[in-house]
Amino acid sequence: MNPAYSVILFTTASGAGYGLLSLLALAGASHGRASTQAFAFTSLFIALTLITIGLLSSTLHLGRPERAWRALSQWRSSWLSREGVAAIITYPIAITFGACWSGLVDAPALIAPLGYFTAFMCLITVFCTGKIYSSLKTIRAWDNPLVCPIYIAFALATGAVLTAAIANTFGRFVIFQAILAMVAIVASSVLKFIYWRKIDNAKRSHTMAAATGLGEGVRQWEVPHTSMNFIMKEMGYVVGRRHARKLRLVVLFFLNLSFLLMYLSTNWQWLTYFAVPTMAIAAWVERWLFFAEAEHVVGLFYGKQSA
Amino acid sequence: MTSLPTPSAKKLGLVIDLDTCVGCQACATSCKEWNAQGDSGPLTDTDPQGKNVTGPWFNRIHGYEVKEQGRDDSRIVNFPRSCLHCEEPACVTVCPTGASYKRAEDGIVLINPDTCIGCKLCSWACPYGAREYDYTQGVMKKCTLCVDRIYNTNLEPEDQVPACVKACPTGARHFGDLGDTSSDVSLLVKERGGYDLLPEMGYKPTNKYLPPRARRNTEQAHIEKLPKSDGSTMEKLFLWADKLLSNKSASAAANPQDDSGKLEG
Ligand code: SF4
Ligand code: SF4
Ligand code: SF4
Repeated sequence: MNPAYSVILFTTASGAGYGLLSLLALAGASHGRASTQAFAFTSLFIALTLITIGLLSSTLHLGRPERAWRALSQWRSSWLSREGVAAIITYPIAITFGACWSGLVDAPALIAPLGYFTAFMCLITVFCTGKIYSSLKTIRAWDNPLVCPIYIAFALATGAVLTAAIANTFGRFVIFQAILAMVAIVASSVLKFIYWRKIDNAKRSHTMAAATGLGEGVRQWEVPHTSMNFIMKEMGYVVGRRHARKLRLVVLFFLNLSFLLMYLSTNWQWLTYFAVPTMAIAAWVERWLFFAEAEHVVGLFYGKQSA
Repeated sequence: MTSLPTPSAKKLGLVIDLDTCVGCQACATSCKEWNAQGDSGPLTDTDPQGKNVTGPWFNRIHGYEVKEQGRDDSRIVNFPRSCLHCEEPACVTVCPTGASYKRAEDGIVLINPDTCIGCKLCSWACPYGAREYDYTQGVMKKCTLCVDRIYNTNLEPEDQVPACVKACPTGARHFGDLGDTSSDVSLLVKERGGYDLLPEMGYKPTNKYLPPRARRNTEQAHIEKLPKSDGSTMEKLFLWADKLLSNKSASAAANPQDDSGKLEG
């Protein structure tokens, strides 16, 4: 599939934002009011900005962005619609939580329930994002039970690294944050590794012979177009598959590097700042590959023998 | 609404005969021509006069070569591919806006160009590559089963069929109600063993394909072999003369025999 930058930015930035938001919300739920208002405002601002950048970027991908509001209507059947609805619901809840957590509104009793609710909505939203892709039966690499857990793991890993870096700025860094980030990074790496093994070993059960009904020995002889067509552009992306091996190593390298930086940050706290870009690179390349590596079953009509 | 309606009794669709299709592109061009001005129109191309013209087509004709087992010769099968108006199409259920929908009354799958946001998700969900994005209008497009012809009483009765069906010079495209087991199209499917494309995907396409008929002449088309060299003195003389006269390279002369059946150069 064509790895559109707007969609990669949408899934990675909003993932990081929801990851960060959910951890702040959980921190609030367990520790009560934030230590300082500045910390609460800055961290919430960063989380909501990342989420908003992601969502805005997803509308850039649309042919008719001005009609984006319509996408909220079909939550009964469409995961994309559900994702939009979940994202919209999360905003007011997160803001109410933020008001109580920062102390802007004096309601300490509400911090815990609102915190848990915010974290829960973050989780739901990221799950819906993963579901948009994993519910497509036409793309074998996405029709996989690990896709949603991976989306959640990467959201938490990027969010946890950000939490540590922001907390460090406000002198609120504690070793637990580094441990949390390390756990999330390991979870991301392990899930991704298993996922790659799975998609590599999966049976290519759809064949051109069966798709066309013309039996073994069928091959494309004439293409159905005289110039580039939409299907080829959108679904015929091969660059990613050609470089997949190398890029997978890049993802694993940056995940490991982020892990190492978080580990060392327990001694040298300023290293948390370096983990932010390394984790961002890992997440970006991972998401790029997620799209670029995925093959669409329509390739069978365009000359691919199996999918 | 992008939830699917309860399956209608009436299932309008096409039956495509792969045996008689000659790959003339008449259906594809008449489809484009009709839809450029019909419900889906204007169906504009990007860079229409230029070298990189590209634009949505609802119907595309593939050409496949099929090499049957135990035969040297192969046959060409022309393969028109358009929306199959599936009974359980994910292209409808994934749509976040309700622009992509399946009609309850006759099963036709349509896109509302006034509410589509151009998110392209439906095109990812279609296994058959039937949906093409209209870059100039920012919305998705697809075969309408010529809904603006088949019910159009302003047209003569014989014109109230899809444009592609009307245009086909060999009668390889049939339109009708596949939900009615006694309709002409249903009988044709039964008689000729019409089949579904990618049935394992579970989309339950309405359109059916009729397989190419078995060859009437079961004898293999003979591929002529070049005569083999018998190594006689006479032949060597001719080879020598041939080499001299045509001034061929030494490598060609070193391989005077060719019994591969292939003609090269
Ligand atoms: S062929 Fe594709 S576009 Fe048409 S109904 Fe089936 S899934 Fe949808
Ligand atoms: S491109 Fe249009 S029709 Fe297709 S899923 Fe998106 S909004 Fe629906
Ligand atoms: S039924 Fe109409 S829209 Fe569909 S392929 Fe035929 S001519 Fe095109």
